[in-house]
Amino acid sequence: MSIIEVKDLNFFYGRFQALKNINLSIDERKITGLIGPSGCGKTTFLRSLNRMNDLIEDVHIQGRVLIDGVDIYDQGTDLQKLRKKVGMVFQRPNPFPLSVFDNVVYGLRVHGVLDKNTIEDRLQWSLKCVQLWNELKDRLEVNALSLSGEQQQRLCIARLIAIEPEILLMDEPCSALDLIATARIEDLMRELKKQYTIVIVTHNMQQAARVSDFTGYFLLGELIEFGETDQIFTNPADSRTEDYITGRFG
Amino acid sequence: MTRLERNEKLTRLALLLVAFSAVSILLVITIFIFSEGTPVMFRYGLQKFLFGLDWFPLEKSYGLLPMIIGSLFVTAGALIIGIPFGLACAIVLTEFSSKRLRRLLKPIIELLAGIPSVVYGFMGVVILVPFIRDNLGGPGLSVLAASIILGIMILPTVISISIDSLEAVPRSYREGSIALGATRWQTTRMVMFPAAKSGIIASIILGMGRAIGETMAVIMIAGNAAIIPRSLLDPVRTLTSNIALEMGYAAGEHREALFATGVILFIIIMVLNTIANLTSKRRTP
Repeated sequence: MSIIEVKDLNFFYGRFQALKNINLSIDERKITGLIGPSGCGKTTFLRSLNRMNDLIEDVHIQGRVLIDGVDIYDQGTDLQKLRKKVGMVFQRPNPFPLSVFDNVVYGLRVHGVLDKNTIEDRLQWSLKCVQLWNELKDRLEVNALSLSGEQQQRLCIARLIAIEPEILLMDEPCSALDLIATARIEDLMRELKKQYTIVIVTHNMQQAARVSDFTGYFLLGELIEFGETDQIFTNPADSRTEDYITGRFG
Repeated sequence: MTRLERNEKLTRLALLLVAFSAVSILLVITIFIFSEGTPVMFRYGLQKFLFGLDWFPLEKSYGLLPMIIGSLFVTAGALIIGIPFGLACAIVLTEFSSKRLRRLLKPIIELLAGIPSVVYGFMGVVILVPFIRDNLGGPGLSVLAASIILGIMILPTVISISIDSLEAVPRSYREGSIALGATRWQTTRMVMFPAAKSGIIASIILGMGRAIGETMAVIMIAGNAAIIPRSLLDPVRTLTSNIALEMGYAAGEHREALFATGVILFIIIMVLNTIANLTSKRRTP
């Protein structure tokens, strides 16, 4: 059951074409991994899914991105609603310079949820989901910037799920973390996929192999191959994919 | 010692001397003002000096209160006008405009800080004062006129430093907020502005320092009557104007009293600058 359908996506930074004719379907409640060498366009692609590229000046996009059947690039798309539904976790954790409490409930406040009880409930629930509740329940007023890198990244994820998105976009979420923290975040992802669709961009091929159900290989702005992770990693159809996977290049 | 080491030492010595002389000039000025001004304050009576209502130096009456209040009113007025406009401008230029626009406008705004105060005063006398006199009443030379012109004069300071503070806030905060579905204004209000707060407060305090120290423009448009103003349309005299107006012909104790005015001014400005330094250092990590 595909929740995101990308049709003939072309993306330009000014004159430079970063994405060439991307066609892709992303299935619901699965983890889809996007791999490829630096500069291949995978982050650009990810950011196209929640229109975060709109923040950059002089970008042009052609093609369609359908989420739940609706093209998010239509005129009159409600961007606030889109980003509530499609959330993003960044490479370097970016909690706000506010308390843990204010961070987690930020999204709720932004979207007009003011009822105290709802706020308390969602706070507890989302911190429990990322396994930060026990550690932080007595320290909700501490500044989020005083937490460790892994805690900050978990907090960012909690902040996201507090507003009940459907899709989580993760842009190399573990690249700023050590091996053990990475393993724990990957466990968290496996838990989260029971409820959310996850699209993860990663530099780390082994991570994609470990964690994702489907994998797409990007090279120089093109989607070279896309399919079930097992198949991509054991029996890639395209020789370019094989070259990358075996480390012959990349 | 090698030649290189010797040159290094000489250079360091030379720089130290230069730095020392700069600091010592400031020190000398400070000591001079205080030594000329403090005796008369205590001789006349500190309380009478600070709270006396009558400034008639030729009759030995040195009540400074009207001028203290004058400075405070006019500075407050400048802040009431300068802060909202200045902050709004800074916010629009950082959060709601393109980089190109900002790169064009910011240097122009900073250039405005270079306009001599006498030119501001001139504009005030020729345009603002008659306007106030004809449409609002009073002599035109007033608290209102001074507040408006001073408010405009501190805009470059407030805007420029506030823009720097806002730009110093990591972009990742803005991205994180937008990615959660916040609008640009929500992001500014809930994240960017609080994060830039200490820098913005510093800019306001520096603007305040400029307003309170301004002399030329104020002399030209404030009216210079040494009375406590009862309305915005009344004329007023500030501490700075007090010194500038009378220093040319003051002698003896009168002259000392003007130095004492300088002492009071000095203390007020030092306090403001210290607060500015403390506030801007207390940044969140």
